Amino acid sequence: MNKTLLFITVLVIATCGLIYELIVGTLASYLLGDSITQFSTVIGGYLFAMGIGSWLSRFIERGVPQRFVEIELGVALLGGACAPLLFLTFALTDVFRVALYGSVLAIGTLVGLEIPLLLRILKDQVKFKDLVSQVLTFDYLGALAASISFPLFFVPKLGLVRTSLLFGLLNALVGLWSTWLLAPVLAHPTRLRVKAVLLSLLLVVGLVLGDRLTSFSEEHLYADEVVHATASPYQRIVVTRSKRGFSLYLNGNLQFSSVDEYRYHEALVHPAMVRAGRVERVLVLGGGDGLAAREILRYPEVKNVTLVDLDPAMTGLASNYGELVALNGRALADPRMHVVNTDAMKYLGEGSELWDVIVVDFPDPNNFSLGKLYTTGFYKLLKKRLAPDGVAVIQSTSPLFARRSFWCVDTTLKAAGFWTLPYHALVPSFGEWGYVLVAHEGTLPRRPLPAELRFLSEDTHATLFHFPTDMARLPVEVNRLNNQVLVHYYEEEWSRWN
Amino acid sequence: MVSVELTRRELVAAFLGSAVAASACRRERPREPVPGALVDRAVDVGHKLRGGPLPRAAEAQPVDVLVVGAGVAGLSAAWRLAAAGVKDVRVVELESEPGGTSRSGRNEVSAYPWGAHYLPAPLVDAGPVMRLLRELDAVTGVDAEGYPTFAEELLIHEPEERVFYKGDWYEGLYLRAGASAADLAELARFEARMNAFGAARDAKGRKAFAVPSALSSDDAEWTALDQGTMARWLEAEGFRSPRLRWLVDYACRDDYGTTAEGVSAWAGIWYFAARQDGKGERSEGFLSWPEGNGRLVKQLLASVPAGQVERDVLVHSVEPGEGGCRVDAVEAGTGKPRAFRARQVVLACPRFVAAHVVAPWRQQRPEWLGAFQYGPWVVANLTLSDMPRSRGFPLAWDNVFYESRSLGYVVATHQAPRMDERGPTVLTWYLPLAGLDAKAERQKVLSAGYADWEGLVMADMRAAHPGIAEQARRLEVMRWGHAMVRPVPGFMWGPARFAAQESLGDVLHFAHSDLGGMALFEEANWFGVRAAERVLKGLGRAAPSWL
Repeated sequence: MNKTLLFITVLVIATCGLIYELIVGTLASYLLGDSITQFSTVIGGYLFAMGIGSWLSRFIERGVPQRFVEIELGVALLGGACAPLLFLTFALTDVFRVALYGSVLAIGTLVGLEIPLLLRILKDQVKFKDLVSQVLTFDYLGALAASISFPLFFVPKLGLVRTSLLFGLLNALVGLWSTWLLAPVLAHPTRLRVKAVLLSLLLVVGLVLGDRLTSFSEEHLYADEVVHATASPYQRIVVTRSKRGFSLYLNGNLQFSSVDEYRYHEALVHPAMVRAGRVERVLVLGGGDGLAAREILRYPEVKNVTLVDLDPAMTGLASNYGELVALNGRALADPRMHVVNTDAMKYLGEGSELWDVIVVDFPDPNNFSLGKLYTTGFYKLLKKRLAPDGVAVIQSTSPLFARRSFWCVDTTLKAAGFWTLPYHALVPSFGEWGYVLVAHEGTLPRRPLPAELRFLSEDTHATLFHFPTDMARLPVEVNRLNNQVLVHYYEEEWSRWN
Repeated sequence: MVSVELTRRELVAAFLGSAVAASACRRERPREPVPGALVDRAVDVGHKLRGGPLPRAAEAQPVDVLVVGAGVAGLSAAWRLAAAGVKDVRVVELESEPGGTSRSGRNEVSAYPWGAHYLPAPLVDAGPVMRLLRELDAVTGVDAEGYPTFAEELLIHEPEERVFYKGDWYEGLYLRAGASAADLAELARFEARMNAFGAARDAKGRKAFAVPSALSSDDAEWTALDQGTMARWLEAEGFRSPRLRWLVDYACRDDYGTTAEGVSAWAGIWYFAARQDGKGERSEGFLSWPEGNGRLVKQLLASVPAGQVERDVLVHSVEPGEGGCRVDAVEAGTGKPRAFRARQVVLACPRFVAAHVVAPWRQQRPEWLGAFQYGPWVVANLTLSDMPRSRGFPLAWDNVFYESRSLGYVVATHQAPRMDERGPTVLTWYLPLAGLDAKAERQKVLSAGYADWEGLVMADMRAAHPGIAEQARRLEVMRWGHAMVRPVPGFMWGPARFAAQESLGDVLHFAHSDLGGMALFEEANWFGVRAAERVLKGLGRAAPSWL
């Protein structure tokens, strides 16, 4: 038996062992947030499981080399598959934590078996003091290699899924290789080799498909505990909870926090509602969470609220998810509500009825598809569907963080022929937030605000329309379908803050 | 099959280049071929012209004006005549669909082009193309600087172009990713040169490079550029960056169907300089419709009274004489002979056809004929159950493969007024057979059957979209034997092109984009209108010129 090669084996398995631990810890912090808790529990659980493994090793009495190789292959399988399987579990099931700690225990236990068994294999060939010294030296060296290369190379270059599969493969190859190293003391080397080869192939296949697996939300980081996650064909919807309330994310972008969403939605809805000639027929574009609808339904004159949101998963959540239903006051169950799951641009283009108020509450223009909903092309359709004395309002990102983007929305609305009234409100979860109110013509009389509001009041309402110097208007281009300048402005401005 | 000896890999390499072959074959998995067919047919019909003598009808139908060919040139002539109030007009077309290389198709998913798919937005508010665009409600006005403005929904929506290179898509047509400072400096120098050519005007105020080419200055300062190739001009000017050379080559293949080695420097520069006037490329870049220029064909057709256009009629002889022409034809379907006696004829077909049709030219081959060369193209429409998935920059209108000889594909549903960009679509894939020996290229195109083309299109697509075969529902392939006239060196400003523009005996006038030297809508339209105005003169009708 070649001892140098065996010590290299120790180095590799030690590296793999620590990498799995880091993968699971990182993954738990990515998906569940609160990295201190996640890393503490994962590391603690893993070390504990290694202790279980070491303890269990005493029950293995015969065929130790055989067991060793089998354990290598087991670690390769579980460790290699851990990242993709945990991502899938998170995306598709509700048992993520069970799977997380289950895999920590299983991998830890197997890894804990490795070194004791190896020591026993080598005990007759190396002096005890040399054996312990050398095995542990390589073990700790491997740990160092893993802990340095993981954050600096593997996560940025390969991502978690492929790193996991790659080390699984490495582990399987070590298993295969050790069937030769340990050949003199193995009872059935061929059988083990077949298993090792099949396992390696499986991991290679996974590695080739790794790209697709990686697309699962790996890049998202949530600060709070994730309590609900669904992937619809359109987007990934995640609800997180903290002590103070819950938050909703679409594709990793915060949509609202229950703590201060009333500020956002009151400011979105009421300035338009109190300026429109009538408020009988109201159209909401986007806003599938039903929170804008809640504000609209405060007005007894409202007869019809039509909510157009592309994603049935979003409006489904707003109708069925307990906490959200409580927050939107069962808005979607109101007999005046009509939910239409279709493309807002198509909806405006194909219909002909006029609306007294139109509330446009789309996600920010962070890609070309969403950018279309902020172009003169879209606003011309909007104008055609707004009643002569109607008012529309458009959520228009932050005039502080994305000043040019905000004024680009205003400028574009003007270019589409609207009279505009830009304003802003402070929503702590988002920061200073902007809206543009539009009508066919200027002079709009205003009715009093509803009485029961928490944010807006008659006294302070006027302050919304004043822009401090750092948010003041500046010259920008018109956002058109054929230039999409807003997407570029937006990307440039927000990248400075993120 | 092209040849039994060619392997799939060799076939791909022969048509699309070795990079695509390597990539496609690396990913090759056994798969069901995409169902579909070859849809071209003119090859058989047109070749009848070269066969033996065709029957002649005893009786000739009298008509004031006969327009032969319902492509853009012929329909533009009919459009001009209709506007002048000429009633007794007949347009005959050998295909069963009008439109020529601007034809289009439609299925349950979308309309799609079979050839020309966009029109660069005109720079000045004048000329027949602007008139047509106004009829189409595409013009919204004129801006403060005097540039016409166009309906937003018709201008290409962003993202307009992207390019695929080694596994990823990048924004734009010029490959910026990985470009060195020297590459970018050369690009900037090239753009400055082209802007200067765009701004250049002669003593009479004519643009050095104008659309249509007939409005360009004939000063030797610029026309001398027609003598050499674009490739040689780049070399002489010290443009050596491979990315820039690629861009210029792409432009030549896109507009002229051949590479910078096969195009005159005048034509190569024209591409970059004619549609701007010194301020660089305009944001009001291109007008497009799902069916491409098929939309413009539809607009032209709408002006022509129903019943004036007859399809499936193959004109095989036009004899100019005193006071008119005798025109002989056969019905393509039945073989029944037809004849017309027309006071005026517009022959709106390419020169290689005209040379067989015009009676005196059958006796004596015109000297200019050899100067007209035509390159073959293959256009394929691939219907997908969903948008293709890709890595990097998102799906654009025009999607270009840097390492392939194809031009990539255009997305027919790109301009659809919706935010959700998923769902079925049609991709139109273009391959100009750019080799300098056009005849050999034509042989190559026609000898490959559906199975070959299916393999080629899918190999090209799969390099950029590995999963596309599972999304593919149907593939239709059009082989164009003579798709585009080539502006080879000496052609744009040599004598042949001008000689071919001359009418015969004030009764037979010619129209086609090949007379403009470039296979572009504006050229075809210009020569169609020009021929119609000569007809008006021949009929003794006074009308102000649209040119």
